[in-house]
Amino acid sequence: MTSARTEHLALILNQHHQSLLDDWLRTLTSKLGRKEKSGEFEIRRQAEQFLGLVARTVESGASADTDGTDWADVRHLLGEVSRSRALQGFSSIDTASFVFALKEPLFEHLRSGLAEQPQLLAQEIAATSTLFDKLGLYTIEVHQKAREQVILRQQQELLELSTPVVQLWQNVLALPLIGTLDSARTQVVMESLLQKIVETGAMIAIIDITGVPTVDTLVAQHLLKTIAAARLMGADCIISGIRPQIAQTIVHLGVNLEDVTTKATLADAFMVALKKTGSRVTVQHAE
Amino acid sequence: MERIPILRMGRLLLVTIQVDMHDRLAMTLQDDLTERIVRDRARGVLIDISALDVVDSFIGRMISNTASMARVLDARTVVVGMQPAVAITLVELGLTLDGVRTALNVERGVKLLESEIE
Repeated sequence: MTSARTEHLALILNQHHQSLLDDWLRTLTSKLGRKEKSGEFEIRRQAEQFLGLVARTVESGASADTDGTDWADVRHLLGEVSRSRALQGFSSIDTASFVFALKEPLFEHLRSGLAEQPQLLAQEIAATSTLFDKLGLYTIEVHQKAREQVILRQQQELLELSTPVVQLWQNVLALPLIGTLDSARTQVVMESLLQKIVETGAMIAIIDITGVPTVDTLVAQHLLKTIAAARLMGADCIISGIRPQIAQTIVHLGVNLEDVTTKATLADAFMVALKKTGSRVTVQHAE
Repeated sequence: MERIPILRMGRLLLVTIQVDMHDRLAMTLQDDLTERIVRDRARGVLIDISALDVVDSFIGRMISNTASMARVLDARTVVVGMQPAVAITLVELGLTLDGVRTALNVERGVKLLESEIE
């Protein structure tokens, strides 16, 4: 039965290549929004390639197992299509319907070709359907993986973006923290702070937590760890930007920040740092 | 036998640790250092660990103990030149060397000690 199916499918794919392609493309482009019309050429190219490859694979008597080596070329092309669509922001449904949209025109041709043999027709349709379902699911899988990679990369970038260490003054560093402080970020913060201390020879580091939404015991512990590590490198730390709400939370939680210099604002902390490093800022009054 | 050299700089002693520490070496260093503090009437000790890339809890405790011993003999101890990775490791191990002063490099350490001795 498998051989019969393959023959019919291959026959249709070869004989009706152009009409299949036209029908398929009509379905595909009708689903596109107005602004995505520019991608039509790209879709046409991909559709032609895909149809050609499937026809060749089916004709060569490939097994129905789409995970096998016979289908490697088709899988490669689908992977490419899915990935490019994932990066363009298409949903997984849009991506999969690229394959699924081909089923309708195919069934049409199968119906007209096998109208006299209803039993064979049913088998054909079932087998073809399974085949394209598998290919469609494959595109969803690739699409999902591509999206995951994007998310992973963004997470990494966010981690790096949100932990800058800036030099405020000679021997004074500032570390404006933004966002929640978890273990992974603490590690990055600690490393970049210590590295910067070595580079600049800073004696004071101001950790500004204005942008940290909540401080719980874990965040406090991470802060204390960072401070302890900086102290081992010979730099003192000042915590600034403590909001009234957070001051209350810290006391309620029983976190001990008594060994650490704390200031309400970054400006206050900066003044303390200047005093400690022996610098002074004076205001020159205009006449 | 392997020994860690102790250099005298005025009223300060400079100890540079450049080899892997082990029990006997640590004991010898503590013997030598207490001996020298008394003999040279040193007021401060600089322990330079900038050459150490790896530390464990043993070295951490050894440094802490040595500082305590020096303090009993009225000499201040400053640990200088700790690598960032070493600092992170010590903190993760829970060894924050609370009784020990620290400085970024020998120069800063000398300044710190001299301002304290005066």
